[in-house]
Amino acid sequence: MVATANAADGTLDTFPKYLLLNAERYASRPAMRHKDFGIWQSWTWAEQLDQVRSFALGLQALGLEHGNRIAVIGSNRPRLYWTIAAAQSLGAIPVPVYADAVADELAHVLEHAEVRFAIVQDQEQVDKVQGFVDRLKGLELIIYDEPRGLDDYDHTNLRSFEDVQQMGIDAMAGDQGLVRSWTDRIRAAKGSDLSVMLYTSGTTGRSKGVMLTAQGSVNAARDTVEFDRLTVDDSVLAYLPLAWVGDHYLNYAQSYLSGFCMNCPESAETVQEDLRDIAPTFYFAPPRVFEGLLTRVTIRMEDAGRLKKRMFDHYIGVARKYGEAILEGRPVPLSGRISYALGKFFVYGPLKNVLGFSNIRVAYTAGEAIGADLFSFFRSLGINLKQLYGQTEAFLYVTVQKDGAVRADTVGPAAPNTEIRIADNGEVQFKSPGMFAGYFKADEATKDTLTEDGFVKTGDAGFFEKDGQLRIIDRAKDVGKLKTGALFAPKYIENILKFFPNIKEAVAFGDGKGFVTAFINIDLQAVGNWAERKNIAYASYQELAGHPDVYKIISGHVDETNKRLAAEPMMAGAQINRFLVLHKELDADDGELTRTQKVRRAFVAERYAPLIEALYDGSMEKFVETEVTYEDGRKGRIKANVKIADAKTIPVAAPAIREAAE
Amino acid sequence: MNKPIDHSQLMARDDGLKPGEKLLDIHNVSLSFGGVKAITDISFDILKGEIRAIIGPNGAGKTSMLNVINGFYRPQVGTIIFRGKERVRMKPHEAVGQGIARTFQNVALFKGMSTLDNIMTGRSVMMKRNIGWQMLWHGPALAEEIEHRQKVEEIIDFLEIQHIRRTPVGKLPYGLQKRVELGRALAMEPSLLLLDEPMAGMNLEEKEDMSRFIIDVNRQRGTTIALIEHDMGVVMDLSDRVVVLDYGRKIADGTPDEVKSSKDVIDAYLGVAHN
Repeated sequence: MVATANAADGTLDTFPKYLLLNAERYASRPAMRHKDFGIWQSWTWAEQLDQVRSFALGLQALGLEHGNRIAVIGSNRPRLYWTIAAAQSLGAIPVPVYADAVADELAHVLEHAEVRFAIVQDQEQVDKVQGFVDRLKGLELIIYDEPRGLDDYDHTNLRSFEDVQQMGIDAMAGDQGLVRSWTDRIRAAKGSDLSVMLYTSGTTGRSKGVMLTAQGSVNAARDTVEFDRLTVDDSVLAYLPLAWVGDHYLNYAQSYLSGFCMNCPESAETVQEDLRDIAPTFYFAPPRVFEGLLTRVTIRMEDAGRLKKRMFDHYIGVARKYGEAILEGRPVPLSGRISYALGKFFVYGPLKNVLGFSNIRVAYTAGEAIGADLFSFFRSLGINLKQLYGQTEAFLYVTVQKDGAVRADTVGPAAPNTEIRIADNGEVQFKSPGMFAGYFKADEATKDTLTEDGFVKTGDAGFFEKDGQLRIIDRAKDVGKLKTGALFAPKYIENILKFFPNIKEAVAFGDGKGFVTAFINIDLQAVGNWAERKNIAYASYQELAGHPDVYKIISGHVDETNKRLAAEPMMAGAQINRFLVLHKELDADDGELTRTQKVRRAFVAERYAPLIEALYDGSMEKFVETEVTYEDGRKGRIKANVKIADAKTIPVAAPAIREAAE
Repeated sequence: MNKPIDHSQLMARDDGLKPGEKLLDIHNVSLSFGGVKAITDISFDILKGEIRAIIGPNGAGKTSMLNVINGFYRPQVGTIIFRGKERVRMKPHEAVGQGIARTFQNVALFKGMSTLDNIMTGRSVMMKRNIGWQMLWHGPALAEEIEHRQKVEEIIDFLEIQHIRRTPVGKLPYGLQKRVELGRALAMEPSLLLLDEPMAGMNLEEKEDMSRFIIDVNRQRGTTIALIEHDMGVVMDLSDRVVVLDYGRKIADGTPDEVKSSKDVIDAYLGVAHN
């Protein structure tokens, strides 16, 4: 077979090479699906090759050359994925950018990456890019996927995707040798060439361009495809942000390596329904998605009839008792197996079907800590949910949990062919096959990130458990001390708070202070539903957040958090003394969260400095005025009187008292 | 395996008129209910491809005017010429056949039915197979349904309501219900679309969305639109020409700017002292 012959040559070190291979070995298998006009449209690998080729040759006719960079902006759509492959086939470097980025962030990335072309999804993105086109000297052309609303635009520097493909098709008709030379170029490409440039979400400061080589990317993806035994029969729903390493790796890279089909949802709002249509076998979601699903299921069950509710409660109890043991193949009494089988018939099966989880073979979560209850809820339903720990700089995987050795509080042992060590300061460092080739135009930053012997510093503090699994505590630089000398790991505290369904986000403060305080964001869905049942009327997030009864619930959660903290010897000294419920949701558009929804701690502390001051000076109320930015760059202001509440703390355990007495 | 859809197949219906030609011409129309005069001697026209607004204070006769246009009321005096033909007697459902569709001041959808089914009802006037075939739901009836479904999906895509395709309309927020209603009217592929207060009761964001859809319907599908609206900002931004009614009479007609500066209009809206 040609395929194996090629593979044996050791030349399969770029994604376009896999495209050629898959178009041969899986010619009539689906490579891509997209729900459009309510119907799943499909393309086989052979058709996908045609699409990529005509677009690539169109780009070539427009003058795109080896080493040029092009921006890809939009949601998960087949044409944008083809753009990535088309650029790679010419040796150009695709730079996917977060589609929901505000204009300034977008401009920064496009400017920094010096892109020649921008391939965008629709009018919205065209408008955004044209809004700052003066800043981008290198940008020659914008190519759009959806023509809607763009008819009246000046088309001098604007073209449709179809136009460019047509140019490619015309070029092929005009030159018989063109296809051959395109294919030859792909076959001759070197693995050391850059395959893609992904901009970090920028938890600290401006985002940086992470350069990944073709060979490294392919090797990394090959390892995990083997690890999880992914084949052409698997399928995924490609719904993660295109610019995020997770999407590029789990969906794009793994699809090219294994030949499985990527399914693009109809729109961001229909993901849940599309998931149910497709019932993928491989699934990734950050913890907050699982949280959201559980909240939704819980709310629905509270509204259900008595019989249904009792059945649900009973069988979820059974699942909690036996589910994980059955999943991991541990011994379970026969009666337990029978109960679980009944539960599967009445509850778990239908529930998984509704959630689109019926066929899941492997599922991952990562990015944040996941609550033990939440984690085991999904596992007990028979979903093989595991954790991984990764970074853009590693082309995702650093550690990954093996089937059967899964825990909620760790992230697993090193991924295949990855070396990990813990530095003296507690920082996790790694070397991996997919390791990055450096930050684009930032040698200084690259040097700072690499150790002298070539390990990558993750910036996360962690340690290995006895069974060899890595446990991450916090960002290394965020771990601090209270004035009392007690260890203060903000994320640890925030995670406990966030495990309460009513709390969406929390930010803890206390480094160098006398005690710990916290900002809390309520979860509008959970608290809103509660308010509805209690007949509490509210007009806005702000009003609900400031409601006295809401403060009462949150107060209960904070007290409970303190109890849990008190139970951990290392953390007992850092209990929350005072807290407030923030008058607005933390938002990436205001720079308070990263695009991957992580809190930008320093920024939040600076922005809400008066509130933090009020938390420490004993006042019970504080007036603040906050500027908010809308997605199109307009600004508005919101004003609020934020109330501050005291929390019950548990008296600190013996050792600290002894210290005080000395 | 489904083949990708060719987007260019999906085009709006052609009514043989060029943009700028008279689509509807109303001459000296008067309408009264017993002794109450709702409309008195009104004349105006609607050109193909424009957005025409009908405005006026409460009770000015706007909705009556709309009902005259779509044949629900028959005026005692005056003539109505639609697409070059004088209308004699017409029932509302015949208006649909002629290419006039409308939405209502209060949402008038089938609350228990899904978005998809509601929009499908807009196609029912165009179904050619008889009830026998439709009950069998096979052969030609099925083929026809698939064809109509394709058009409906195109509208769903156009109005960006994919996520509520299967949701019963009664469960949707008001703004979305209005959008579904617009979808149903569009399903009739009208050459004249009548919108009765499309933005009544909406919040700012919903108004912005609806305005964009109205503009898109007009620009991209080439549908002529006549709308009644209370929100002056919206009317002045959206429409090409405005006709102003007061107490059943026409007091102004022209571009938004002309109308804005008309003394009669200012008097009608702000009130005027009669000494």
